[in-house]
Amino acid sequence: MTAVTVSGLRKAYGDYEAVRGIDFTIERGEVFGLLGPNGAGKTTTLRCCLGLIDPDGGSIEMVGLPVPRAAREARIRVGVVPQMDNLDPDFTTRENLVVYGRYFGIPIGDLERRIPKLLEFAGLQAKEHSNIRTLSGGMKRRLTLARALVNDPELLILDEPTTGLDPQARHMIWNGLRQLLNQGKTILLTTHFMDEAERLATRLAVIDHGKLIASDAPRALIAEHVEPEVIEVYGDEARPWGESVGRSIADRIEITGETAFCYARDPQPLLHALQGNNGVRYLHRPANLEDLFIKLTGRELRD
Amino acid sequence: MINIWAPPDFSMRWTPVWQRNLMVWRKLAIASVLGNIADPMLYMLAIGYGIGAYIPEMNGMKYIAFVGTGMVCQSAMFTASFEGMYSAFSRMFMQRTWDAIINTPMSLDDVVFAEWIWCATKSVISVTAILLVILLLGYGQSGLAVWILPLGFMIGLCFGAFGLIMNALAPGYDFFTYFFTLVLTPMLLLSGVFFPVEQMPAALQAVANALPLKHAIDIARPLLLGHIPDRLALHLSVLAVYAAVAFYTALVLTRRRLLK
Repeated sequence: MTAVTVSGLRKAYGDYEAVRGIDFTIERGEVFGLLGPNGAGKTTTLRCCLGLIDPDGGSIEMVGLPVPRAAREARIRVGVVPQMDNLDPDFTTRENLVVYGRYFGIPIGDLERRIPKLLEFAGLQAKEHSNIRTLSGGMKRRLTLARALVNDPELLILDEPTTGLDPQARHMIWNGLRQLLNQGKTILLTTHFMDEAERLATRLAVIDHGKLIASDAPRALIAEHVEPEVIEVYGDEARPWGESVGRSIADRIEITGETAFCYARDPQPLLHALQGNNGVRYLHRPANLEDLFIKLTGRELRD
Repeated sequence: MINIWAPPDFSMRWTPVWQRNLMVWRKLAIASVLGNIADPMLYMLAIGYGIGAYIPEMNGMKYIAFVGTGMVCQSAMFTASFEGMYSAFSRMFMQRTWDAIINTPMSLDDVVFAEWIWCATKSVISVTAILLVILLLGYGQSGLAVWILPLGFMIGLCFGAFGLIMNALAPGYDFFTYFFTLVLTPMLLLSGVFFPVEQMPAALQAVANALPLKHAIDIARPLLLGHIPDRLALHLSVLAVYAAVAFYTALVLTRRRLLK
């Protein structure tokens, strides 16, 4: 069973093509990560999936329903954690959950029964009657996640759920998401954080300039596109060393500022060349998702 | 399908949005009512008693009652305009409350519709408060005055929709000043709040006849005196057409702003 099927999705704003033909499917019970630099088309894709904007082409099916035609019915079974906090600042924690539940048409009796569980899930029992202005950033994010669960959704859509959080708060969100996954929920997640994607996603898609450029399980993607070993060389001497020595030994090298990233299937010749060189420091590590991301989307800044 | 020109897609789902606004209002109800009625009450009392001392009667009414009925309509106008502009803008733009709501089965049309009805609800609340004061001062002469409450709702629909148009266009709060200086102030001075429209030159009377507030006042004054207003259907139609056209415009502009 698929939770989301997107095929041939296209969306343009005037002359600017935000999404230029994207296909992916999300199986039930998996975490699907959508990665891409700013402006890659992630948020436009999510807004199309929710039926908030009309695609110019392609088709979308969410929780078994065609979108945008049956978007309203589909949204009844979906929970959304938006990129920017939009809790209701005039209300307490509890009131936020009640008011949001009513938007789904959930009877107040059912809400009363669900709210204690949601507060427990978010670790906010002590804040039940506090105005949300008194909550920390991490608490607000947890409440936003709990709010997205008020309708007991099959599918959760999270747009950069941990942006702006400290490490403790991020770990709490990740634990929460794992719990939801164990309950059989499906999760669609966008993020800039590669460690987050690598930790959580069963499969992911990298999109850039409105196109899907790679899609698979994280480790498989890394294995397919990036050499397995990385040696990062730092220091004033890193650039001259990289140009003169590194480039001839590494399978691939990228030099930016005072760092040379050397990619290799066999790290030994590089390590050997670096030993005894006092002008540089280096770090030897396995290739990760960030290497893949940079390789696929480049190093220039996107604003 | 999201076509910004589509007719309104009403559903009965909108009530929780209205209820949300009511819940917030209840937390600050007294301050809110005082805020909505302070200005019109001060005008009514100061001008009513002050100028009323020189003009005991106007068009067969005590001058204070004459100004009072004008102020009832004026307060409905200002309350709904304010709600449609500043308050709706806070919810739409500053707090992103609307973004949160349209991720649920609610559509943007439901949200705009609920906000519109809420604007009119707030008009009824301030109309009720001012009307009570007029009755307590002993200037109400008939049970017909009760019909001023639904009239307040109509005025609220009219100006709430104008406010929501401004809201859909506003880059920031400062933008709303235009509406006050270019629309509401002229409306207040030309619609017969302080003196009968017939006192003005013909050209200005023609302008006044095109203004919704003038038609609202033409309904409210006779009701307070206990008559059925003349040409009631005409006055109501003017208000209804303004309200309907302005609401549709607000809806199209809000869709254009948010659904992209």
